[in-house]
Amino acid sequence: MEDPLYKDLIIEHFRDPRNRGHLECPDRSAHVKSPTCGDELRVTMCLEEDRITEIRFDGEGCAISQASASIASDAYIGMTARAILELHEDWVTQLLGGPVSRSRRPCASLHLMAVKQALRH
Amino acid sequence: MASASACLEVRGDFPLLERCAAQPLVYLDSAATALKPKAVITAMSHYYERATANVHRGSYPLAEEATEMYEEARMRVAELCNAPYEGTVFTRGTTEAINLVRLSWGRARIGTGDRVVVTEMEHHSNLLPWRALCEDSGAALDIVPVDSQGRLDMQSLLRLLDSGRVKLVAVTHVSNVLGTINPVDSIVSACHEAGAACLIDGAQAVPHLPVDFTAISADFYVWSGHKALGSTGIGVLHADPSILEEMPPLMLGGEMVQGVWPDRVEYKPPPWRFEAGTPPIAEAIGLGAAAEYLLRLGLARVQAHDAVLTEYALARLERVGGITTFGPAIADDRTGVVSFRLDGVHPHDLADLLGRRGICVRAGHHCAQPLSDRIGGPTTRMSFGPYTTTSDIDLCIDGLIEARDHFRSLTAL
Repeated sequence: MEDPLYKDLIIEHFRDPRNRGHLECPDRSAHVKSPTCGDELRVTMCLEEDRITEIRFDGEGCAISQASASIASDAYIGMTARAILELHEDWVTQLLGGPVSRSRRPCASLHLMAVKQALRH
Repeated sequence: MASASACLEVRGDFPLLERCAAQPLVYLDSAATALKPKAVITAMSHYYERATANVHRGSYPLAEEATEMYEEARMRVAELCNAPYEGTVFTRGTTEAINLVRLSWGRARIGTGDRVVVTEMEHHSNLLPWRALCEDSGAALDIVPVDSQGRLDMQSLLRLLDSGRVKLVAVTHVSNVLGTINPVDSIVSACHEAGAACLIDGAQAVPHLPVDFTAISADFYVWSGHKALGSTGIGVLHADPSILEEMPPLMLGGEMVQGVWPDRVEYKPPPWRFEAGTPPIAEAIGLGAAAEYLLRLGLARVQAHDAVLTEYALARLERVGGITTFGPAIADDRTGVVSFRLDGVHPHDLADLLGRRGICVRAGHHCAQPLSDRIGGPTTRMSFGPYTTTSDIDLCIDGLIEARDHFRSLTAL
């Protein structure tokens, strides 16, 4: 079965997620639930001068939502809150290396929703 | 066991099934929206190509013809559910029908100290309007739980009714997740004995089993056209005309008045009082054709057809291994949908992988989040229509096994 979305990158990160878990003393945190499917993600992060120095994701959901968070996690490190708040869905798609169907975009972008929520509070 | 010969053979009536010759369409999402028979599409096209005019306004022949078709559709729709013609209001869908009852009937009758009862298996459309009504009015909202077999806890409902403070019970006829057919006759009787009104959400019932509004004698019975082989944008509210007579119109505007004077207005009698503005004429005509189609098939035959598919799907899923199904174990106690979870593959991933093979199933909480949480999270759901065959279910199960094996091979350590 050829499935472009379930290609090596997604499967690799789903099987072996990076930055998984939670930080004990985070500067910011958020817990979000996907409005479409109920997938959940919790994010904890440490900041230094408005820049993310450490980040962890934890949650339950489909391969796309969980792997996408793992793929993006390293990219978040070093980014400023201001830059992150200006990011859009297409950044998530670029990281995944290909198009994501409309119905799966909320799954793929769940981590961005979580990170933005944490940074706004 | 139900006989496979009870299955209907109507696939030729549904043009969408011929969408792609190379890959057969396995449409197992009828609970979200049903496919439309040619008869419905033809009736709607006929209105646009040969009989377009507004209704209840012009006196020229074309307008007379359009009005005749619109009211004829109301007659067929009333006949489908054995409801009075004057007690059959066209709405935009189930959601609008429920909100019409909330705003026109509920606001005037429900206040502080009253109770409104819903159940744990309600679709959001039969939960959120009542939650809002309670917040606005100061009434309390009670939720009847679902037992481990996917049935309503009737004792809990009866206890709530015993309080004597329940003004309304809003309950689904058939669960869109579990398929459970609720005992609406006894629920309505219990409500009326306790002095409570009862609204039945028939969105998942009308396309699957014979619905007799008069026998059920609910105060309100609501359903959607597009799930019952009609088009989107049309739904129905059935109610006793004497109840509708006491309800103020919700939307105000053209068409729904007898007369307007500088200082007063006189509204039309129901159902027209509730159809302000130009109604969805083509959609109503299409729904009339859908009702006629279902009446010709016979709802008892449709129900028998569904029972065969439900029993077949449950038996086949059980043999896959690693599958948990939800809802009553007895096929006759349920209809239309089979929701399940497959160990190790999230419902969204499964639905996506099946979709790539032309197999359409729904995954998620199915707009019934409290119930979804109660049964442990999202599920994958197959749902049936008169055009569904056991072969559709076979193709879905084959795809499911292949998707599972593929997914497991990719994610194996």
